[in-house]
Amino acid sequence: MPQTPTIFALSSGAPPAGVGVIRVSGPAAYSALLALAGRVPAPRRASLARLSDASGAPLDEALVLWFPGPNTATGEDLTEFHCHGGRAVIAAVEAALAALPGLRRAEPGEFTRRAFANGRIDLAEAEGLGDLLAAETEWQRAAALVNAGGALSRQVEAWRERVLALSAEVEGVLDFSDEEDAADLPECFTWNIAALKEELSEWLARPRSERLGEGFRVVLAGPPNAGKSTLFNALVDSEAAITSPIAGTTRDVIERSVAIGGVPFTFVDTAGLRDEEAADPIEAIGIGRARGALARADVILWLGPEGEGPESAWEIAAQADRAAIHPKSSARFVVSAITRAGVPMLKQALVAAARQGLPKPGEAALNARQHARLAEVAEALAAAERLSDPLLVAEELRRARLALDRLVGRATTEDMLDALFGRFCIGK
Amino acid sequence: MANFDVIVVGGGHAGVEAACGAARMGARTALVSFDLAAIGAMSCNPAIGGLGKGHLVREVDALDGVIGRAADAGAIHYRMLNRSKGSAVWGPRVQADRVRFKAAVQQTVRSQQNLTLVQGEAAALVLEGGRVAGLALADGTILGAGRVVLCTGTFLGGILYRGEERFEGGRIGENAAKRLAAQLRGADLPMARLKTGTPPRLDGRTIDWAALEEQPSDDEGWTMSPLTARRLNPQVFCAITRTTHAGHDAIRANLHRSPLFSGAIAAAGPRYCPSIEDKIHRFGDREGHQVFLEPEGLDTHIVYPNGISTSLPVDVQETVVRTMPGCEAVRIVQPGYAVEYDHIDPRALTPDLQLRAIPGLYCAGQINGTTGYEEAAAQGLVAGLEAAAAALGKAAPVLDRANSYIAVMVDDLTLQGVTEPYRMLTARAEYRLRLRANNAATRLTGLGIAAGCIGDERRAWWERREALREMFHVKHSERIHARELADLGLPVRHDHGVKTLAEWLRFDGVTPDALAPWLGELAASDPALADELAEDAAYAPYLARQDAELRDLRASEALPLAADFPYGVVPGLSNEMVERLTKAAPGTLAAAGRVPGVTPAALSALLVHARRRISDGQQAA
Repeated sequence: MPQTPTIFALSSGAPPAGVGVIRVSGPAAYSALLALAGRVPAPRRASLARLSDASGAPLDEALVLWFPGPNTATGEDLTEFHCHGGRAVIAAVEAALAALPGLRRAEPGEFTRRAFANGRIDLAEAEGLGDLLAAETEWQRAAALVNAGGALSRQVEAWRERVLALSAEVEGVLDFSDEEDAADLPECFTWNIAALKEELSEWLARPRSERLGEGFRVVLAGPPNAGKSTLFNALVDSEAAITSPIAGTTRDVIERSVAIGGVPFTFVDTAGLRDEEAADPIEAIGIGRARGALARADVILWLGPEGEGPESAWEIAAQADRAAIHPKSSARFVVSAITRAGVPMLKQALVAAARQGLPKPGEAALNARQHARLAEVAEALAAAERLSDPLLVAEELRRARLALDRLVGRATTEDMLDALFGRFCIGK
Repeated sequence: MANFDVIVVGGGHAGVEAACGAARMGARTALVSFDLAAIGAMSCNPAIGGLGKGHLVREVDALDGVIGRAADAGAIHYRMLNRSKGSAVWGPRVQADRVRFKAAVQQTVRSQQNLTLVQGEAAALVLEGGRVAGLALADGTILGAGRVVLCTGTFLGGILYRGEERFEGGRIGENAAKRLAAQLRGADLPMARLKTGTPPRLDGRTIDWAALEEQPSDDEGWTMSPLTARRLNPQVFCAITRTTHAGHDAIRANLHRSPLFSGAIAAAGPRYCPSIEDKIHRFGDREGHQVFLEPEGLDTHIVYPNGISTSLPVDVQETVVRTMPGCEAVRIVQPGYAVEYDHIDPRALTPDLQLRAIPGLYCAGQINGTTGYEEAAAQGLVAGLEAAAAALGKAAPVLDRANSYIAVMVDDLTLQGVTEPYRMLTARAEYRLRLRANNAATRLTGLGIAAGCIGDERRAWWERREALREMFHVKHSERIHARELADLGLPVRHDHGVKTLAEWLRFDGVTPDALAPWLGELAASDPALADELAEDAAYAPYLARQDAELRDLRASEALPLAADFPYGVVPGLSNEMVERLTKAAPGTLAAAGRVPGVTPAALSALLVHARRRISDGQQAA
């Protein structure tokens, strides 16, 4: 049986940086460390070493660490080189590793995939890790950390125990009905199902974890020349841009993702809203897209005539520095993009709204896949609560258990794993 | 030297099904028993069937086995358990007259083609190159065969306990087959010890039946086997009594004299069928425990008090039974006792019930750690069909968890092993809704015909039934307007549109009988089939939902794990998991997922490693 390839990659940020951490995982991790550093330190102890390539040419002075498997992050032998973070140094160390037999560069997500393959983490944790690595703001990172740490897996286990206990009660009635102890279901049985279902409903109602990646969507809307673009620029300028590519950016709808106070936002500037009939065909398309953007918005900032905006939009009196084009008697915010008057207050209000509408740090959030499974559990419980034949109640509870099992990855198919690990970047 | 394809050792429920099954497959078969007159004896409870167990009887019968028809031949009381619940958990059960049951079994084995009955004590296996080559009898006779099926019950190191008394042997009055046992021990098979027990037998003439609540036979006409056209015997009633405080006090005062509590018996007994001293010890606060008084036959006065199995000394047994209402003057005919015995860890078996360590040797019944006639019969059938198929180069019917309780049991045994005597429960079957006792023939008889284990009589019955089924399907596909049903007084709204009859059957109050106006004469042609199809219709939405689940299962069943899969090298598996997986040697990834204690993360690790091994193997080839 040929040996598992040993993989390596830079697992810290792109160079140049202060330090570049290169990870090596696999059966040749030990020999790779020996080849470059000339010795292998005690397990799990950082040690300074002079790295050199096969010809003896020095590469760098680096901290090296040796983690013998299987109790490592990947479940395999693992070596870490903490090099100086210059591009040339990193490239030279990587080239020296690539020249060793049995070593190759890692594919995206391959380290995590090995951790999963070696039973170090379950599916929910792997997904949390994927979100964690993609996190660009503090808010995203804190939320992903909860799942990566196994919070969701633990919660699923607790639910599973409760469904199992309910199942045991029904099965007792079905299989031991000729014995007195288990003649009928106790009265609290249905109540317990309902209580669990309620708890799941609360989870299902929470914001989903994808919302973190997309950011809180703020759409600026109003007729042409209402000052939308000026306010848009005032809101996004000087804020840290988030680089995640966002599909659907068009000429007519401009999107920009930024972090304000650590919270991810996507601001959307729409084409002016007019009667589609009055507009020319090309403009009509733009207006159509603007309406689409409005439908997906978390908050709409309405810069048009008072009371004519979409329901629950925030009334904004823009261009406060000029005689107002659309004077508003009870605007929520009065802002001037030019003088910036009112802009900080608006931002503060948006951050407060986003904190409500996005998953909270420290609270496990569900992604779409997990949400669908949990919805199935809730649906099965709702059916179990409704049905009177214990045989069918038992079947619904079995379905609930099955969906919980799938949530943490029991019986996952290879396709699903491919899709999952494809999201990771190299080195993770 | 006489040569056979298959030799079956033991004439209990497992041995009879194994021998007759192998013979029906066309294998030259020998049934070796210490005492041919004892073939078909019911050693314990006179009941056959029950929850989960009734399913097994119907399935064995659907594959043309013996137990269903023999149960009907002996039945003196029929009862459908769980009648108030969904039909998938109904449990057909009969009380069988011991004499009539045994006579029916004897008649079947003696008239079975290809089957030779051999009276003698099995002394040792004949092995050649580690494989089974035959069986040596105690009188020196050697029987040649490449397949031997052991259905020897509790013969392995069986010790009987009654109070301070000890006896060796399986049943009272029979020898334990010691030499064969010693040989198996020598083969270094994984063994463990279990215990079971029986209650004292009572003289029915000394019971005051009038003082007790009667439990009559139910008055419907159903039978255990569809080939039994009608009930054959007069029906008797059982009665219900209870243990009392006075009895509990007597048990408590003498607990130290029970081998279960004195430490003499350390093996695990069944949790669901505990001895009366166990019940008092563990549920001491209970007012009393129900006891069913079951007549053992029409021509005997012996009564089996179900619910008070015990190993207490005889004098205590007497005191206890006499504190039960209606039994104040009862006489004990034979005292109860406990049996402790060795069994083979069934994880040492492959799914055809063959021992991995000794190719050609099959084990079925109590020797595998199960309890109950029905469980034994079902395993015997599997071992007999598989041994015959292997000997003849044929294929036995393919059973899996989605088509039979039989396969659920075999899968549970071979993957999970046992920690207490294994008894079938409907809860063990995850696809319970499709595994009903009343659709066993539909599920299995066709498979049996294809495998060649179905006799002419059942085949003819099956063909008639399939023709009727086709006619039902045609009728059930007819589209009928709600108005027509409502006009006949059925609980359907006029504006409910047009549906097929099969779909209407899902509505509450639309019974198979109610469809008579559309089915015509067909309705009365086979009421059991009409009921089965109506239940199919009722459960159809659930079964459709399970289909996706079954597809996933088949996918992971398609990933084989070799018997020598090196679980130890898969990182992430705990030592305990490695040990359990190595012992059970699951054949597929799906089976590995059913080994207890295997976590989702461990299963993913297995998935990836198994695939890697396969692709590496292909590259190497």
